[in-house]
Amino acid sequence: MKIRKHWILLIFLFYAWGAAQAVHAAQDAALERRVQQLSAELRCLVCQNQSLADSNADLALDLKNQVREQIEQGASDRQVIAFMTERYGDFVLYRPPLKATTLLLWFGPVLLFAGGLIALFMRLRRRAQTLAAPVLSAEERARAAALLGEPATRREPKLP
Amino acid sequence: MIPELGQFALVLALTLALALGTLPLIGAAKGNAQWMQLARPAAQGQFVFVAIAYACLTYSFIHNDFSVLYVASNSNSALPLAYRIAAVWGGHEGSLLLWVLMLAGWTFAVTVFSSHLPEDIVARVLGVLGLVSIGFLSFMLFTSNPFDRLLPAAMDGRDLNPLLQDPGMVLHPPMLYMGYVGFSVAFAFAIAALLSGRLDATWARWSRPWTTTAWVFLTIGIALGSWWAYYELGWGGWWFWDPVENASFMPWLMGTALIHSLAVTEKRGSFKSWTILLAIFTFALTLLGAFLVRSGVLTSVHSFATDPKRGIFILIFLVLVIGGSLALFAWRAQRVGLGGRFEVVSRESLLLTNNVLLLVATGSVLLGTLYPLFLDALNLGKISVGPPYFETVFLPLMAPALFLMGVGPVARWKQATLPELALRLKWALGVAVVSALVLPLVMGKWTPLASLGLLLAVWIFASSAATLSARLKQTPGALGAKLRAQSLSYYGMLLAHVGIGVLVVGVTMVKTYEAEKDVKLAFGESVALGGYAFRFDAVNDVKGPNFAAQRGTISVTRNGAPVSTLYPEKRVYNVQKNPMTEAAIDSGLTRDLYVSLGEAVGDNAWIVRVHVKPFVGWIWAGCVLMALGGLLAVFDKRYRVAARVARERAQTAVAGVAS
Amino acid sequence: MRRWLWPLGIFLVLAVFLGVGLTLNPREVPSPLIGKPAPQFELPLLHDAGKTFTQKDLLGKVWMLNVWASWCAACRDEHPVLVDLAKSGVVPIYGLNYKDKRPDGVAWLKRFGDPYVLSAYDEKGRVGIDYGVYGVPETYVIDKQGVIRYKHIGVVTPRDVKEKILPLIAKLNENT
Repeated sequence: MKIRKHWILLIFLFYAWGAAQAVHAAQDAALERRVQQLSAELRCLVCQNQSLADSNADLALDLKNQVREQIEQGASDRQVIAFMTERYGDFVLYRPPLKATTLLLWFGPVLLFAGGLIALFMRLRRRAQTLAAPVLSAEERARAAALLGEPATRREPKLP
Repeated sequence: MIPELGQFALVLALTLALALGTLPLIGAAKGNAQWMQLARPAAQGQFVFVAIAYACLTYSFIHNDFSVLYVASNSNSALPLAYRIAAVWGGHEGSLLLWVLMLAGWTFAVTVFSSHLPEDIVARVLGVLGLVSIGFLSFMLFTSNPFDRLLPAAMDGRDLNPLLQDPGMVLHPPMLYMGYVGFSVAFAFAIAALLSGRLDATWARWSRPWTTTAWVFLTIGIALGSWWAYYELGWGGWWFWDPVENASFMPWLMGTALIHSLAVTEKRGSFKSWTILLAIFTFALTLLGAFLVRSGVLTSVHSFATDPKRGIFILIFLVLVIGGSLALFAWRAQRVGLGGRFEVVSRESLLLTNNVLLLVATGSVLLGTLYPLFLDALNLGKISVGPPYFETVFLPLMAPALFLMGVGPVARWKQATLPELALRLKWALGVAVVSALVLPLVMGKWTPLASLGLLLAVWIFASSAATLSARLKQTPGALGAKLRAQSLSYYGMLLAHVGIGVLVVGVTMVKTYEAEKDVKLAFGESVALGGYAFRFDAVNDVKGPNFAAQRGTISVTRNGAPVSTLYPEKRVYNVQKNPMTEAAIDSGLTRDLYVSLGEAVGDNAWIVRVHVKPFVGWIWAGCVLMALGGLLAVFDKRYRVAARVARERAQTAVAGVAS
Repeated sequence: MRRWLWPLGIFLVLAVFLGVGLTLNPREVPSPLIGKPAPQFELPLLHDAGKTFTQKDLLGKVWMLNVWASWCAACRDEHPVLVDLAKSGVVPIYGLNYKDKRPDGVAWLKRFGDPYVLSAYDEKGRVGIDYGVYGVPETYVIDKQGVIRYKHIGVVTPRDVKEKILPLIAKLNENT
């Protein structure tokens, strides 16, 4: 499980340099919680798929401090997110913004769900219509029963 | 010499796989008994040679043979023996060899436990497994040979990635791979059924124990992986919705749908083509997982050394195997009958609805995982899809599925009525609703999500109790006799469902009530969190076999009474040098205390991350219960009885012909 | 039969995307700043803390901004390429010394050569964040109107200079 060499080097350097960085822990617990929640939704760009909240990489700490400062200055979540996307693009957002290109992402599950239920309903209805005759031939049933070691009668489909 | 022997064994194994993947299938198609009979010896020989190759690579690791490139890249002479053995699967090539070993092992197991199956089915199942094996063996030999030499040999190895030097590494990949590879057997049975045109309930009964076993392994494998990430990665998360995690979760979801669908096919003869399709999908998702992990198309916390060339190989393989199977399916599925009749309200349709929900959930995870790739491929920009998305999408799908889970086992086959169901479940529902309202208040904070989670969890417990008591009422005799009269697979089902409930409790509690703090602590200072006080006593230097560490000492008290002393570490491994965080955890039934060291600030202060995680252990306990449930189902005696009867019949038939 | 072809269809579409995906690099994040005015900054110089530099000084010129640091190993690989490019005099290169220690940065330039007209000193990395820097070294090409036209993430190779940077600069210099 190696990562490409170049990146190892970069990440390592960010780590090494980050050692000296102090995270100034904000006093206010509510503020800290907001920082935590927001930075859990932002992606650390130098990491292998980690959020700012989870990462200790140097840039992640810097950006987390940015988030904290902006919140301290009264910025809304939306403003913080706008600040990040202006600089790093939508890539930093773990919750992709709703726009034309992400419509399918956000509504895909709903479509799948609706489609699945409709398909299920249609199937069940058609099934009820076609199921007027026994499906297994007598011979098939006997063979199945023999293979299962069961008397053939148990598998008889019951018809109305 | 030994590595060459290993490579030679792999070539022989490939030769046997080529024979296995062709002759028995042709034999079965033409009714040639001799060719069909080749299947068993070829499969067994293949296993022997793959095992030899595997032993050779292990030997090279144990003996620190750094003239083997793979050993030199993934081991070191200072690495403890247990990790040298586990390092065999620490990188791409060796993990592939482990995969192949398991595939050969499962194939071997089919040859042993298939004496009750008709010869042509055995030939087809083994033949399909042989085809899969050809793919993986040639992938290994042509793109990722673990036996490649390094000349001149390295003085010492580059060491196993420190993240992997952990007991989790010894257990997690083998379990996970057993699960992945196990689904190839379910797939092989499905393809054999399509090829033979004999898609009856018997087929479902044959393939069920195999599928359930694979599912049990995958469940354990995923749970181990999650637990490992929890304590090893050092930031207290247990599921990140990372592409690689999703790659294991998707086959699990689909596999769960598959075992339920198989149950209906076996018991009622319905959903046949659907079940076949699920078997193909599940296997396809395991291959897709291998592709995602090994090709580097997505970025992940757990990624392998990636190489687009490997990606191309797996992709071609994927297209051939899955494309071929789906084409075969499209061609043959029409001949499958519909099976027994059932009403709109019945256990069948409830199971089918749950199947749809699981399928939609899988589809959503797949969509979220691959969407960044889709956009990038269409040149529409780069985005990230992470936990906020998956949580938003997953919950609304899982909530109804969990609700139906309580109803399904109570409903009758063929036809159930809503008033009857309501009558049977009214107590369960009452208990669930009351708990959902009260329990969060007991925990100190009421939120809608906590309430919903607990509603569903208690609903599952209570409805499971309701179905058990209804079952027992219908059975005559004393309580002991009543309990004994129920089948193992019934208990397995209940246990697995209860396991889901336990998992839901864990997830809900952690999500709602966990507390964490990143604080700067000087020696002697304390931080209070969740009713506990954590005092940072000291940091000492300690030496491990192949690392140097700074070990913190943190005493935890509650209301002044000592609870535990925790020793989180910050390690630097001698060879790879990157700093590693080893969290320290005090696990309990109702909470984990979790601390990890951040960075040193000055001479006598550190950044310390402290978490209190209520009920987090229930997440993995739930998985263990699910796996145990699956295990009970596998050992249900009806599979063995049926097998024995079939064997005896076959023998009498042979005797009859002979006389 | 046609009814059961949908799984195959979906699968094949998926496979095409996976195939295209193999040709892409998931790690490279395109900058949203391309085509936008270069973010404002005013920073002290690396060599002279008393003087400052702002991107406004260079309006009317095509120039390159290279983000570097003495702790960045990849910057060392890139450095000779920049030195050569600076010698050719095609384009002025300005440095942004990112999250470095002043003496380290100065010593590093002394040792490996200084291709920069000047280096601005971004001690806290705030300007870096404004420019969306995430993996040092990074290089920006900025046109006469002060608009960012190109961003290169990672090491600039001689090939990148020849195939991407020089043609772009020539084009930008043509438009007055």
